[in-house]
Amino acid sequence: MSNVLSNAVQTGASPAKPLLSAIGISKRYGDFLANDSIDLDLQPAEIHALLGENGAGKSTLVKIIYGLIQPSGGELRWKGRKIALAGPSEARAFGIGMVFQHFSLFENLTVAENVALGLPPSQPFAAMSARLAETSRVYGLPLDPKREVWRLSVGERQRIEIVRALMQNPELLILDEPTAVLTPQEADQLFIVLRRLKDEGRAILYISHKLEEVKRLCDTATILRGGKKVATCDPRQESAASLARMMVGANVGQVKTQSRHAPAVPRLVIHRLSLEPDDSHGTRLDNVSLEVKGGEIMGIAGVAGNGQDELFAALSGERSLSAEGAIVIDGQAAGRMGVNRRRRIGAAFVPEERLGHGTAPRMKLSENALLTGHAASGMVKKGFIDRPATLASVDDTTKAFDVRKAKRDPEAVSLSGGNLQKFVVGREILRDPGVLVVSQPTWGVDAGATAIIRQALIDLAARGSAVLVISQDLDELAEVADRIAVMFRGKLSPPLDAAQATRETLGLLMGGAGLEGADAGRSELFPAGKEARHAAGP
Amino acid sequence: MPLVLEKRAERSVAIAVASPLAATALTLVTMTLLFAIMGINPITALDVYFLEPLTDSYSLEEIAVKATPLVMIAVGLSLCYIANIWNIGAEGQFIAGAVAGSSVAVHTLGTGAGSWVLPVMLLLGAAGGALYALIPAVCKVRFGASEILTSLMLVYVADLGMDYLVRGPWRDPHGLNFPTTGDFDPVATVPTLIEGSRLHAGSILALVVVILVAVMLGRTIMGFEIRLVGTAPKAARFSGFSADKLVLSTFAVSGALAGLAGIIEVAGPIGHLDPGVSTGYGFTAIIVAFLGRLNPVGILIAGLFLALTFIGGEAAQISLKVPRDLTNVFQGILLFYVLACDSMIVYRVRLVGTPRKALHADH
Repeated sequence: MSNVLSNAVQTGASPAKPLLSAIGISKRYGDFLANDSIDLDLQPAEIHALLGENGAGKSTLVKIIYGLIQPSGGELRWKGRKIALAGPSEARAFGIGMVFQHFSLFENLTVAENVALGLPPSQPFAAMSARLAETSRVYGLPLDPKREVWRLSVGERQRIEIVRALMQNPELLILDEPTAVLTPQEADQLFIVLRRLKDEGRAILYISHKLEEVKRLCDTATILRGGKKVATCDPRQESAASLARMMVGANVGQVKTQSRHAPAVPRLVIHRLSLEPDDSHGTRLDNVSLEVKGGEIMGIAGVAGNGQDELFAALSGERSLSAEGAIVIDGQAAGRMGVNRRRRIGAAFVPEERLGHGTAPRMKLSENALLTGHAASGMVKKGFIDRPATLASVDDTTKAFDVRKAKRDPEAVSLSGGNLQKFVVGREILRDPGVLVVSQPTWGVDAGATAIIRQALIDLAARGSAVLVISQDLDELAEVADRIAVMFRGKLSPPLDAAQATRETLGLLMGGAGLEGADAGRSELFPAGKEARHAAGP
Repeated sequence: MPLVLEKRAERSVAIAVASPLAATALTLVTMTLLFAIMGINPITALDVYFLEPLTDSYSLEEIAVKATPLVMIAVGLSLCYIANIWNIGAEGQFIAGAVAGSSVAVHTLGTGAGSWVLPVMLLLGAAGGALYALIPAVCKVRFGASEILTSLMLVYVADLGMDYLVRGPWRDPHGLNFPTTGDFDPVATVPTLIEGSRLHAGSILALVVVILVAVMLGRTIMGFEIRLVGTAPKAARFSGFSADKLVLSTFAVSGALAGLAGIIEVAGPIGHLDPGVSTGYGFTAIIVAFLGRLNPVGILIAGLFLALTFIGGEAAQISLKVPRDLTNVFQGILLFYVLACDSMIVYRVRLVGTPRKALHADH
C-alpha cells in the first residue's frame, strides 16, 4: 500500500502547493446561483471540513469536485494543473474518491459483489475479493466479503462504501455527512480511520453540519452560506457558537426549556407491544412497554433499523394491532384503531420521511394539509373539500413556522428540506394534539429550522401534551427530551432520566451492550424476550 | 451515441398540454407514410378519414353515437388508472353489463310489460358490469393476483358466455337460426333524441357522467383519495386510506360504467343482443382514457376524436377500399405515440456525452 501512496506523501512535504484548488467556482441554475465564485484549497494530509446549512451549496460544490456536475464558471486545479472533469470516472482516475450520504448498495448482493460493481471490471473477481479483505484489514474496517448487504448494520454498510473508495487509492476522499447514521462509538471508530488516512498523506473533504464533530476532527473548515464562501478558519480555534454564527449569518436561536408542569397522568401508554415485521428485512417488535406523561418529552434513541419504523407504524395505526390495549391514547385503548380514529381522539404523527410518507411530493401544500387534516380538522364537508379551509391551514402553518416558499400553494416537492419539515411538523402541532409522535424531527434540516422545530416540540409539551420523539441524533434528544429510552433489535430499554444519561451509556445501549455478554446487571436494561430468558435459564 | 432518459426536476406543464397534440400529429405523419406505401394519395385519405365525416349531419350524429360508450367506459377506466390500478377488462365488463341488462328485455319480450323495463335494464347492466369487474379486484386484494392479467382474461370468458346465450337459450325462435335475440320491445329501448336518427339519450347520460366524475375527482375527498393513492401510496396509508378498498371501489365503478355503456349500446343503437355488440369499445376506451390525459373533459374530446376515426375508417373502407383493420392500426399507433409523448412530461432525453450545461439553459 505504501508504495502507491508515495506520490501523495511527497506532495505532503510541501504544504504550500495544494492538492486540489477550486478557483472561483460558480454554478447557476436559471436565476439561482447554487455556488457563487467559491475558492477552496485542499492540502495533502489535511482533514478539511465543509460546513453549511442545507441549501448552502455544499453538495453542489462537492459534486463539481467529483465530476458529477459541470461548473458554470471557475476552474479546478489538481496539483497546480488545470483539469476538467467530464464525469466521476475521470475524477476517480485523478485520485478523487467519494462516499455518499445515501449508500448505493444492492441489498441482496454480497459485500464483494457490491464492491466489484463499483470498480472498473479489469480485475478477476477472486483477486478483487482478496484485495477487499486486505484493504479492510489494513484500515481496521472489518468486513466479511461473502456476507449479503441486507444483513449488515448501517455502520457496516458505510464501511463498504469507504473500502470501495479506498481500493481506488484516492489522494482526496470526500465524505458527505458520514456520521449522520452512526452511533457515537461507531463515529469514534470512523474518526480513527480518517486520522490514519490523513497520516498517510491523503486529503479528506469532510461535509458536516455537526459543529462539535468538526472541532474534534478537522484541521481546516470552509464555511458556506447561501452559495458563497463565508470564511476559511481553523475550527479548533473557534467556538461552536462562532461557527454556527458564520453558518447561519445571525445568532442561532437557542432552544428555551420551559419550566415544565409536574408530569401528570400518562397520555400515551404502550403496553407489551409485540409486532411481526411486514417484510423479511424488517425488525420484530418485542414486548415494548412505555408510558409518556402529559407535559413530558420522551426520546427514543437507537441506530436506524432497530425497530423504530415498526414502532412508528404501530403507534400511528398504519399497522393495526391485534391487541386493543397495547396502545392507549388518553385513556382509550387504541390498538385496533386506524390512523384517522387515533387522530380524532387527539393524536398526531410526523413520520421520518418527509417526501412520499409525510407528504405527497407532487401535490400542493393545501392538499397535503388535507392529507392528515381530512379526518379531524373540518376541511371536508359532506364529502366535499373545503378549499378555503385547506388554504387557510397552509397560511397558518406558513406564518407560525416561517415556511419559506415561492408561491402561496406550491407542490410539496418544490420546498427545501427544512421548509418542508417545518410545514409537516407545523401542520400537526397547530392541531394542538394531546399526543404527538414524531420520528427524526430535524433529519437533514438546517440549523434555523431545527431550532424552530425543537422549540415547538418543547412548547407543545409545556402546554400539557405528551410528546414522543424517535431520533438517531443524541444531541437532539439531549436538547429536548426529559427521559430517553433506547431501541435495539426491536426491544426498548427502560427510560433513563435525560439529565443523567451520558453519551457513553446511551451509546452502549444503542450498540446492544445491555443484551450481549454476561453482565447481568446491564442485561436488565432491556426487558428480556422469551429466547433470552430461556438462554439465561438453568 | 446512446440515449438516456433523465428525470426532470419538475413536471413540464407545457409538455403535459402539448403531449396529446404532438402524439396526434405524429400519428398523422405515420399514417401519411402508411397511405403512401399502400399507394393511396395521403391527402385524399386524410380528407376521407378526418374531414368528410365532419361535413354532414348523419356522420356527426354517428360520431356522437360511437363516442358515447367510449367516453363512458374511459371515464371509469381513468379512475382506476389515476389510482395506479390497471383494469384492462372493460370489454368484458361491457359485455357482462349488456348481457345482464338484456336478460330483462329477453324475458319480457312481447309480454307487454310496462315502462319499468328500461330502468331495470340499466340498473342491471351497471350491476352486472360492476360484479364482473369485482372478480379481478377481489383476486388482487385476496390473493395478490395481477389485475392486468385476470381482467384481460375475463374478457374472453364474457365474450364466449354471451356467444353461448345468443346461440342457445336466448336465440330468437323467429330469427332464421341467426345467433341473435329478438328485437327488443319499445319499452326496453333507449329513446332517440332526434326523430329518425340513431342519436339516443345515452349520449346525454355520458355527458352527465363526465360532469359528475370531474366534480368528484376535483372537489371531493373521494377524488383526493384516488389521486393520492396513485401518486404516493405510502402517504395515502398515512392519510388513513386503504389501498385494498380503493381497488374494489374503482373496479366496481369502472365496471358499472362499462356495463352501463354495454346495456345502453344494446338497448339503443343496436336493439338486440348479438355477438357483434361490441367492436372493441372496451379496448379503444383505454386509448381514449390516456389520450384524454385521464381527465374527464379531456376524455370527452378524445372520445369524439376516436369516434371520428371509426366513422372515417368506415368511409375509407367504402371509398378507398382499405381494410377495416387500418382503423385498428391507426388507433394502436396513436396509443403508442401518446404513451411515448407522455413520458416526456416526467423525463427528458439526453445524449450521453452531451455537456449538461446546454440542457440547464432551459431551467
